[in-house]
This record gives sequence, structure tokens and C-alpha cells, in this order.
Amino acid sequence: MQITSPAFKENARIALHDAGLQKALGNLKEGFPVKRSTAVARMPEFEQLRDEGTALKNHILENLDIYLEQFEANVIKNGGHVHWCRTPEDACKKILDICEEVDAKTVTKGKSMVSEEINLNDYLEKNGVEPIETDLGEYILQLRGDHPSHIIAPAIHLNLEDVSEIFHEKHKRPKSSDPKVLMQEAREMLREKFAGADVGITGANFLVAETGSTIIVTNEGNGDLTQTLPKTHIVVTSIEKVVPTLEDMTLFLRLLARSATGQEFTVYNTLSTGPRRAGDQDGPENFHVVLVDNGRSEMVGSEFQEMLRCIRCSACMNHCPVYGAIGGHSYGWVYPGPMGSVLTPKMIGIEEAGLLPNASTFCGKCESVCPVRIPLPKLMRHWREDEFSKHLSPKAVRWGIGGWAFFAKRPTLYRLLSISSNLFLRVMAGKKGHIKKIPLAGGWTDGRDMPAPRGKTFMSQYKSRKQR
Amino acid sequence: MSRTEILGNIRRGLKRGEATQDQKQAVTNRINKHARNIVPQRAQLPHEQQIALFVEMATEAAAQIYQLESINDVPKTCANWLQDQQIDTLVTASDEEITSLDWSSATNLTCVQRVAEIGDAASLTTSFAGIAETGTLMLHSGATSPTTLNFLPDNHFVILKRSDIVGPYEDAWQKLRDKTKGDLPRTVNMITGPSRSADIEQTLQMGAHGPKDLVILLIND
Repeated sequence: MQITSPAFKENARIALHDAGLQKALGNLKEGFPVKRSTAVARMPEFEQLRDEGTALKNHILENLDIYLEQFEANVIKNGGHVHWCRTPEDACKKILDICEEVDAKTVTKGKSMVSEEINLNDYLEKNGVEPIETDLGEYILQLRGDHPSHIIAPAIHLNLEDVSEIFHEKHKRPKSSDPKVLMQEAREMLREKFAGADVGITGANFLVAETGSTIIVTNEGNGDLTQTLPKTHIVVTSIEKVVPTLEDMTLFLRLLARSATGQEFTVYNTLSTGPRRAGDQDGPENFHVVLVDNGRSEMVGSEFQEMLRCIRCSACMNHCPVYGAIGGHSYGWVYPGPMGSVLTPKMIGIEEAGLLPNASTFCGKCESVCPVRIPLPKLMRHWREDEFSKHLSPKAVRWGIGGWAFFAKRPTLYRLLSISSNLFLRVMAGKKGHIKKIPLAGGWTDGRDMPAPRGKTFMSQYKSRKQR
Repeated sequence: MSRTEILGNIRRGLKRGEATQDQKQAVTNRINKHARNIVPQRAQLPHEQQIALFVEMATEAAAQIYQLESINDVPKTCANWLQDQQIDTLVTASDEEITSLDWSSATNLTCVQRVAEIGDAASLTTSFAGIAETGTLMLHSGATSPTTLNFLPDNHFVILKRSDIVGPYEDAWQKLRDKTKGDLPRTVNMITGPSRSADIEQTLQMGAHGPKDLVILLIND
């Protein structure tokens, strides 16, 4: 997909004035966070599960190479294949090779963010293989030529009317505004595609080193049809998803569903261990795992290592006031919200994505709901530092920070300045206590009045309390 | 090429070369222990209460549950349910529990043993375990239990014996390891209620791509 992260500010401005998007985002705020908190309340051990999950991920990362080799050995033992791919291009090429080996015309796809990350659909299409998205949300987006705006609810930016229109146009059936009818339509349309596909591509939520299994977690069952019916199953996934045992996977499954949709458990949790066995009447004959790196191996041992704990639950974006206001497309690439603001600069470069880690008030809500306690604000701050030290931040920001540092290092001057600006703002505000316009700083007052400072400065309050 | 580079990067990040035999052994030992992480209190109950919890959680997940006195009641129960839906064919797995059933009372129903095909209205399979913690069924593939039966038909009947209900997921993994001697079947399906999606305007709709109804036949054994 086209990267529009450098236009983040413009994207956000348009998003804020998009009535349809704002309506759709309203559904998010009343949905996932409420459901998550209900599910968490029903699981008294939830905080302990988070602690264990965090510690376990840290242990895995400290032994990542060993677990990956174990996983690989067991996939091979089960009769499957593992392909290590350093770049998105490597991964796309490998997947195309597999498709060409079996002379594939169409591939069905379960939902996979890694496949979005490597831009797989475009690549397959350009090379004569038709990819068919089967997750309902992804299917709607593919019909529209659109992209996911959320990592687990890809079509969250759309309203019923949008779906109704595109189905009417593409399915050539009478227009319906009943979600049930629309879903039935998609079910019928995709039935034949499932059976006709030569290859099924899914992602993986976890890779189990002990058994060489991959697992997908879905509510619709599309992922299962995708991987059961075609002769070849390709799992496209990334290196940080490996876990030691089935018991360890179970810990993360307990965290994942509750953090993501607020369900007690996702409807289908499906473990795939190699190709069809002797005597099996169905299931794929070929089983491939494509392990994508795309910058992750370089994050090990870096200040961004903690990001590799992420289990892609989406709780951070579901609770983020910035995401909730502007939606996922504004971020301009595959991964939106707080986790995206940390990952995107790593994957497409801080030069392109510098605005993302700046688009946060550091309210800390993301970190407080993260099932594996990733310090997202801290990691975004690392990017801001990186951006500053590479002289990438805009001049106004650099001068502003420089100017602030000048005063901050000179406390007397700083206090004088804060007292006088305090006075100045109060005079400007007059009796109403609000400032309608500040010259050269319209950003503060264009959308609302700015309240004038009230009471005394911190230092003068501090002094007078000390005297008491 | 990529493999060497990726593993090299990871090792550089970890500030070491290839892991020593001791480090590898420590990982192997950790794996072989199959140690459990925290198991929620909810899942640690006497067996009778596990069954009650299973029923409660599966019902919450929108599965239908019929408690049957004997496995011999399965044909009649399926036949009645399907008659209400005007369905006359049932595709079944070929486990012994199913093949030994007497279907003669189900006069309006045709039973066939095969993999599922597009257009099938109903299937019947057994299950390996029921997990009380979340009302989850565990099924696995094998020569007599094709996976397509669990996903393609519109309605899925599952036989579950009361004695196969366990508390937490961990007990089901252990049960599976015991049965398969560590060699997992090609696929293991954990199923909690019928298929659903909330991809249209965040409104939950039942019956996305998998079965629209999941009917659990809980057998007293």
C-alpha cells in the first residue's frame, strides 16, 4: 500500500472532518474498551497473567534464535517447510514461487497483518495470481480497493451504508441494509472461492517450538476453510511469534481474546501441525511457513526490543484518544495507533514516519492496557530522541526545544519568564478568563478558546507552602 | 542466506554467538517440562462443577446443549432437530461411536460418512474434550474425523461425553499428549460457540463462514 505517513497532519485534519468516519469511530469507543473491561473483571488473575506473559516474552526474546531453530526442526519433522525471509520482497517472492510450483491461479487468504506489511496482494496480482480475502472485513475492503484501518477490525472505519453500497455494486443483488443479509451474501459469494482455490494463505498468532505448530485465532471460521480446503497451506508470519510450549501458548490465548475483543475465548483457535497425515481424508498436502523478519531481528538488543513482545491484540489503539479521534488510515501505513507509532518508523524509516511517535499526548492509557506491558510511551519517546538527534524534526520544534532548554538551564530567568507570561495571558484573557486568539500560535485557539492560567505559578505556591 | 542473517542479527543483539550446548539444553529442558503458567481458579473445580461450568460457558457462547442419558439418544435428537429445520441429510464422521449408532428410528434422515462438501446442511462429529473454563470443545483431525465437517456445514452436531470434560485448557493438552504420545494430529480445533463476525459496524452477527449453529450433545457416561 502507498505510504502516506509523512502527510499525517493533513490525513488527521481530513479525518476529523469526515462525518462518516467519526460516526464509525463512535462504535469503537463504546465497543472494545467496555467489553475488555468486563472480561478483565471476570478474570481475577488477569494482572498475574499479564506479569507472566511479560516475563515469558522476555525469556523467549533472550533465547529467540534457539526457539526459532527448535520450531523449524519440528515443522520439518512433521513434513512441512520453513522459509526465512529477511525482507518483504524475499517473502513475496518465496510465496509466489510456492504458488507457481503448484500452478496456482487463485489463493484464498485468512486475515494476516504480516501479509499487509509485505504488500502481498499487490505482488501476487502483478504476477498473475488472484488473491481472495475471506475475512468479512478484509473482503469488504478488497471489493472497495481499500486497506485495513485497524489490526483486528479492519473495516472499522466503514458504516453499514458503505458495505451495503459496495455489495450491491459488486454482487449485483438487490441492495440491503440488514447486516445479517449482507453477511449471508458474503458467505455465499465466498463458498465457491474456498473450494476453488489452489493455495490458502493464513497468518499465525503464535508458533509453538515444542510441536512445530502454528495457531490462528478467528471468530468467523474463514481461516479454517482457507487452510483446510486447498492443497497447499502457506502460513505467513513473523519471527517474534514463537512460544516454547502449548502451555505457554495457552497463557497468551487467555490474554489475547480478553484484551482484543473482550471475549472469554475466540470462537476458533486452530492449531496446524504439518500437512495431511497418512489416512487423513482432508487437509492440505503441502505445509509451508514463511518467517518474515523485516527489521525485527535488529530490534533484539536495541532500545525497541520490548516492542517484540506485542501479541497484536489492538488494546492500545482501542483505548487511544488519538486513534479514536482520527482512525487508523491517518497513520498512513499498515500498523496504526500506539503500537504502529513504534513499529512503523522501524519498518518504513523514521524519515517517513517521524510524525507518528509525535502524535501522542503520552497519556499512558496504551501501556496500562497492554497485556504484555509494553512501555509504548517510552518507546515513542525513543523515536522522538532519534528524530531529534538525526536533525529530522522541523525547525520550529528544534528552535522551540532549544529555546526551552536555554531557559530551563537558567532557573531565575525561567521563573521570570513564567511569571510574566502568566500575567500576559491573564491580561489577554480579560474578565472572561478565555483567550480567543494568540498571535503566531493559532494552533492553540483555532478549534477552541484557551483558558488563561489561574492562580499563582508553581514556584510561588511551592514557596508559600514551604513557609507554612 | 536470510536464515543466517536473521539468526546472526538476533545473536548480535543478544551479544553472543551461537548458543552453547548448555543454553540449548536449558531451553530443551524448559520445553520438555511442559510447565503450567497460572491456571485460573475458575478452572480448578471438582468434576461435577466443571460440567456445570462447561454448560454455562458454552451456552453463553451461543452453543446449544442437549444433555442425553445415553449415546443411543443421539440419532433421535439429531433427527428431531433437523426435522424442525427441514434438513434431511446428515454428514457424519466415521468414529466407532458414531458408526455403531442405530439410525433406524430416524426414518426421514439420510446419514452419509464422508468429508464435508459445499452445500452440506449438517454434520455430526465426536469431540476429544470439553474445556470448562470457557465452554470450549477440543476436536482433532484423524482418519475417521475429517476437519471439513467442523467448518463447512451450516449446522454442526458434536458428541461430548461428560467424562471428557476437563477444567482448564492445560488438562486437555495433557490428555492429548497422553493419547497421541506427543505426536500431534495435523490439526487441533478449539471451538467455542458458532461462527460469528462483527465486521459490519461492530454489530455481532452469527454465522459468518463456519457453522451457524453448534449443537453439543452431552452424553451421560
